[in-house]
Amino acid sequence: MMIHTSKNLCKLPAGTVVKGKWHRHSYKIVKSLGQGANGVVYLAQGGTGLVALKISDNSSAIISEVNVLRRFSEVQGVALGPCLLDVDDWFHPYINRTVSFYVMEYIKGEDFLSFIHKKGKEWIAILMLQLLGDLEKLHAAGWVFGDLKPENLIVSGSVPRVRLVDVGGTTLRGRAIKEFTEFFDRGYWGMGSRKAEPSYDLFAVAMIMINACYPNRFEKKGNEKEQLRAAILSNSYLKKYEKVLLRAIEGQYDAADEMKKDLIQLIHQSSSRQGKRVENKQKHSRKKKRLLETAFLVIFVLFAYILYLYAQIL
Amino acid sequence: MRKGTLRQILLITDGCSNHGEDPIAMAALAKEQGITINVIGVLDQDIIDENGLREIEGIALSGGGVSQVVYAKQLSQTVQMVTRKAMTQTLQGVVNQELKQILGSHASFEDLPPEKRSEVMEVVEELGETVNLEVLILVDTSGSMKTKLPTVKEALFDLSLSLNARLGNNRFSIFVFPGKRGDADKVLDWTPKLEAISTVFPKLTSGGITPTGPAIREALHHFNKKRSLRSLLSDDDPYIEESM
Ligand SMILES: Nc1ncnc2c1ncn2[C@@H]1O[C@H](COP(=O)(O)OP(=O)(O)OP(=O)(O)O)[C@@H](O)[C@H]1O
Repeated sequence: MMIHTSKNLCKLPAGTVVKGKWHRHSYKIVKSLGQGANGVVYLAQGGTGLVALKISDNSSAIISEVNVLRRFSEVQGVALGPCLLDVDDWFHPYINRTVSFYVMEYIKGEDFLSFIHKKGKEWIAILMLQLLGDLEKLHAAGWVFGDLKPENLIVSGSVPRVRLVDVGGTTLRGRAIKEFTEFFDRGYWGMGSRKAEPSYDLFAVAMIMINACYPNRFEKKGNEKEQLRAAILSNSYLKKYEKVLLRAIEGQYDAADEMKKDLIQLIHQSSSRQGKRVENKQKHSRKKKRLLETAFLVIFVLFAYILYLYAQIL
Repeated sequence: MRKGTLRQILLITDGCSNHGEDPIAMAALAKEQGITINVIGVLDQDIIDENGLREIEGIALSGGGVSQVVYAKQLSQTVQMVTRKAMTQTLQGVVNQELKQILGSHASFEDLPPEKRSEVMEVVEELGETVNLEVLILVDTSGSMKTKLPTVKEALFDLSLSLNARLGNNRFSIFVFPGKRGDADKVLDWTPKLEAISTVFPKLTSGGITPTGPAIREALHHFNKKRSLRSLLSDDDPYIEESM
């Protein structure tokens, strides 16, 4: 954790009512959902239901995120992030200062890593396909997500669907990435620049898959490319996706769709290989069963014959 | 708005000054000359000396910049974050000035309704991406800072990685203090690339005194020297020329 020397927003207790200075909407705090470098996100009760509310004393960071969410809502047909509902200021009674907040759709669900932990590794690649689909649309709209990491992925709905939250790192294509997290940053691993381009996000997708198999993450130790390769090869799950992971790490994918296509192919390969193995096992056991049946029959006939002979002798 | 150059001093230290002018006064002097001072305090363990902490915050406050205290391990992320944050802050100050001219003396970014603020923020971000930036990095090498120098070096590499992804031009220069003879030594003159630091850092020796104030004065001098030299050499913007 970083040590904040000054600007420390104390946590709001449940029941606190946050009332906007400009638009006069009220929100009642239910609980905290998470805290990051740029503020605190709360679950709150709004006029029309549950919402997520992000508060920060850094009003430019809030406005910058609001701008991204607003632009996202202009992209037709897909929800690239949580839907933006309100932006306002509030006089924070505990620190005696006006702070900024915005209100967005509450995405109910579980964070990516706990979901995988509960439901199993086979979900990793499936959720990544969904994510790649969303990234393709986001990139096409002229953005790069930037701070892509498991904490910013929420798996939501009865039919599991991955959703992106926290647009703090979302940057216009061609500019410098606004915010990132070392483990998922290709600059940290010496694998490329911090320019916002699709391949920047695709590197992070590969690192999310690696993180899903190495929950404790790890630090760089010189010769980073070799280190990442070794991490992939020494894990049985990641090994299946070696080809696509290495390509993403080396920045060889220019578009999310390309990576998605390759990933689909590898999923089919690995599942058909698995499928074959199951079939083999079944055939095997069927054969065994038939053998057993034959042996049983032979013994039975033999036994009947012996009985017959015995009866004859008597 | 004319595209100018932002000037910053980034001070990396782990404690309190004990020699020469008051660094807080020197920071105020820098601010008057349009140079922002950011300070990063590097910790070993949990403990930080109260006086050191107060000085770190004081320098940034009076230098119009941003301060942050971190463990050595988080230095890379912090250096780039602090630099970017200070850029936004400075640019917002500039924009605020313009707003005051347009809207009257009371208007500032925070007083605008959120919708207007959105538009202003887009301008600030655009400027932050394209403005030219000069960062003079001032590294404390006294006492216990010595052991943290490899981490500092890595953090500076990382900083150039972040800043060089921008569309605007960057220039970096590095000073360390205390100097061999004077208060501070220049170890790297203005350059767009920080890669050269790998050769200068291993040669550093550490001294006992911590002349933070005089070192800031030296740094300001370096900013000014360059400007007067350039105005002697040519009339047009030397920036554009050199970055071509
Ligand atoms: N719309 C939402 N619905 C549900 N949960 C959310 C929502 N937005 C954020 N969260 C939760 O709150 C946490 C913190 O929010 P967020 O990441 O936006 O804060 P931050 O200050 O930007 O953090 P970071 O330092 O990771 O950038 C997230 O990890 C997520 O779990």
